[in-house]
Amino acid sequence: MNINTLNLNSKVPKGPIMDKWRNHKSTLKLVSPNNRNNIEIIVIGTGLSGGSASATLSELGYKIKAFFYQDSPRRAHSVAAQGGINAAKNYKGDNDSVYQLFKDTIKGGDYRSREENVYRLSEISSNIIDQCVAQGVPFARDYSGYLETRSFGGTKVSRTFYAKGQTGQQLLLACYSAMSRQIVKGRIQIFNRHEMLDLVVLDGFARGIIARNLITGEIEKHSAHAVVIASGGYGNVFFLSTNAMGSNASAIWKVHKKGGLFANPCFTQIHPTCIPIHGNYQSKLTLMSESLRNDGRIWVPKKLEDATLIRNSKKNPEDIEEKDRDYFLERRYPSFGNLVPRDVASRAAKERCDKGFGIENNETKEGVFLDFSNSINKYGIEKYKEFGKYDPTIIEIQKLGKKVIESKYGNLFHMYERITDNNPYNTPMKIYPAVHYTMGGLWVDYNLMSSIPGCFVIGEANFSDHGANRLGASALMQGLADGNFILPYTIADYISKYFIGKKEKYNDILQSKEFFYTEKIVKDTLKKIIHNNGKTPVDFFHKELGKIMWEYVGMSRNNNGLLKSIKYIREIRNEFWKDVYVPKSIGNGLNTELEKAIRVADYLEIGELMAMDALNRKESCGSHFREEYKTIDGEALRDDDNYKYVSTWKYIDNKSIKDEILYKEDLIYTFAKVQSRTYK
Amino acid sequence: MKKLLKFKLKIWRQENSEKIGKFKTYLVNNISPDSSFLEMLDLLNDKIIRNKKETPISFDHDCREGICGMCSLYINGRAHGPENLVTTCQLHMRSFSNDNIIYVEPWRAKSFPIIKDLIVDRTSFDRIIMSGGYISVNTFGKTIDGNIIPIAKNIAEKSFDAATCIGCGACVASCKNRSAMLFVSAKIAQLSFLPQGKIERRKRVINMVNKMDEEGFGTCTNTKVCEVECPKGISTKYISIMNNEYVNAFIF
Repeated sequence: MNINTLNLNSKVPKGPIMDKWRNHKSTLKLVSPNNRNNIEIIVIGTGLSGGSASATLSELGYKIKAFFYQDSPRRAHSVAAQGGINAAKNYKGDNDSVYQLFKDTIKGGDYRSREENVYRLSEISSNIIDQCVAQGVPFARDYSGYLETRSFGGTKVSRTFYAKGQTGQQLLLACYSAMSRQIVKGRIQIFNRHEMLDLVVLDGFARGIIARNLITGEIEKHSAHAVVIASGGYGNVFFLSTNAMGSNASAIWKVHKKGGLFANPCFTQIHPTCIPIHGNYQSKLTLMSESLRNDGRIWVPKKLEDATLIRNSKKNPEDIEEKDRDYFLERRYPSFGNLVPRDVASRAAKERCDKGFGIENNETKEGVFLDFSNSINKYGIEKYKEFGKYDPTIIEIQKLGKKVIESKYGNLFHMYERITDNNPYNTPMKIYPAVHYTMGGLWVDYNLMSSIPGCFVIGEANFSDHGANRLGASALMQGLADGNFILPYTIADYISKYFIGKKEKYNDILQSKEFFYTEKIVKDTLKKIIHNNGKTPVDFFHKELGKIMWEYVGMSRNNNGLLKSIKYIREIRNEFWKDVYVPKSIGNGLNTELEKAIRVADYLEIGELMAMDALNRKESCGSHFREEYKTIDGEALRDDDNYKYVSTWKYIDNKSIKDEILYKEDLIYTFAKVQSRTYK
Repeated sequence: MKKLLKFKLKIWRQENSEKIGKFKTYLVNNISPDSSFLEMLDLLNDKIIRNKKETPISFDHDCREGICGMCSLYINGRAHGPENLVTTCQLHMRSFSNDNIIYVEPWRAKSFPIIKDLIVDRTSFDRIIMSGGYISVNTFGKTIDGNIIPIAKNIAEKSFDAATCIGCGACVASCKNRSAMLFVSAKIAQLSFLPQGKIERRKRVINMVNKMDEEGFGTCTNTKVCEVECPKGISTKYISIMNNEYVNAFIF
């Protein structure tokens, strides 16, 4: 591993932080409306970032080709986001502001995000809500008809707008409708059930992609003036995660291998409130929205013997008396309590379970309680008073209280009961942390362009806004900000500089040798997989990789573990290429095993880079917890003197992952005051 | 440890839309009652792949959290299987008894052609939305503040309830007329409740209903089976609202 220094040009504009984006916009070049119709842009992914980018760019008059692996844009995984979307509107009068949102986000990310990007995001956040309301998103309202908000972890204000537990779904449907409106006009051409398999770079510019039609199996070449990657994160490297099963890292990984720098790959967020693992047959982990922590109190038994009794089903959580419960978040972090950020809550749960207080009845013995009984009582009494009644019975209070909880989180409770066969209204939920979101991703400059000119990266696929840890309800905010309000301006600047008024070098770039060459490489890889004479199904390798990643590159890491993981990942990768079996007979048509094999081949490389990055970062920050670097009371210990940088990795052609070169983008804070991060 | 289960599965296999399909029998055992229906199919596929004698069973799935609407499956004659208010990915094997015979088929509707095995093409739903299931506002900002038009809590909630549709197609698959009215009416109701959606309501309902007919979906005869089988509990009252909107679009 070499460490070089290279001046990465982040193109952040000069001037005071409040004026940067406005001034920058005024310097960006424009594309006149009559030229836009001749400009083609490829967008990979149709979640909130890709969908909003497709809709907005096509409204502006560009021709869009949108690629996605699902059958319809409405099914992109943004649909599963439950809790809400942040905006600094200060509707609640709790002194929220752009500055507060900026400060919370940058502190939440443990000072490992780019200050200027975060400030821009906070500035734009208010527009997003207005936009979505205009599009018909049925946000929650109060009785007087105004927008309702709630609180999320890592903040002391109420700035999260929501639509019950389905905010992501409602926002995505709005985005999908905006796209639909343009599709029917012919401005967006959709390629459903298509997967991008490589990026085509021509004379140093991203000019197209090679895609596979998942139904016919055909390999297709598509050209464009610019390529926008909005394919989401790479959390499925861990096999068990809260990501959709098909969500994959191939698009970003292929861009990386074509020269796109990969930033902070080791920053994987572990979400504290997921349903614990219940068996080795399991394919998927399900998230319970963080918003539940508004009304749920997290605890484990104080006594080890109680934990054992609960695990063995000899005692019910309801039977543990208040004084024998350890509300460990409230105990350790009195000022934020159950609303500490995700990394802090996750580690605290792991700490309790490692000490033997876990409550799940299976071999993992993991899990903590998320208990709503207090809130049910509180709301029940409030409601009763509202009705002007006195002396309620406990049953009446419970009934009314449960109704209030149901109106807030009904669908989440229903989902929980489905999966676990337990009724969370009567008994506390069991939760445990799980892989959820990747803050790392392709490196982009202030214009959201990767290190390959013409290849833009937005949403979870890029690295810039969340640093080492993402605060709740910020992913939807970033997706829509990038796609609706930032990319459309910056991409025009690029296009006008390179294409307007200049004759294309090639009449038909699809005929260029780069396209044929890239196509051939893709086809050769597919052939290699299909004709491999192995005997083991793809999933086996994916699960093996996942186990290693969770064990050594998961919630906490250490030097020896990371070295071991790199060794194991290489072994699994060798074994994969020797022994993977994909049914051949259907190489020409729908072949889900082949799809999975292509993705797993990429996971087996990105996993190694994640471990290498974690090994390099000898400090603890945000989601990256190195056991060697902690305070006396077990909190993360950052090293700003040596690691206040974005680690960006460059792939060297035809070499292995271990030969990647590390470049650093120094993080310079001029506006935010870098402080130690405490939630006590 | 809970007792592990075994089942006999009769699964519809069809190579593509042109070829004729048929049921094939498979035996699975050691199934945990806590595993989902799709996880059981994963295990079966693992077995099939290791045997190398035939291709694995193709079925649609993605989020496995009951939200994306990708999973389908007609199980023992019911869309999304025997439980109410559940998608197939959230259906667990504890809903079946040991040694059950389980029939697994794709959605059956002319407007949802079979792609392979249990996968069908639901893009007709997308084309209906394209015909008018949106509010025509551009997305690059410069709209009014979200609080300028207050929307009463109960109206916002009514709109939300209609908006919970995930577009899975269970309503079509379970209707004897293969009607898409529950899906279409939910979208129409969601938008027509909101002040923002009222401007285009006439054009919207006419275009969407016409498109629905054009795509070959049947009409509603009020059997309400769609409401029973809808994993999100969308009410058939929206169909009345849609009919109302449709008639009003011509009168006023």
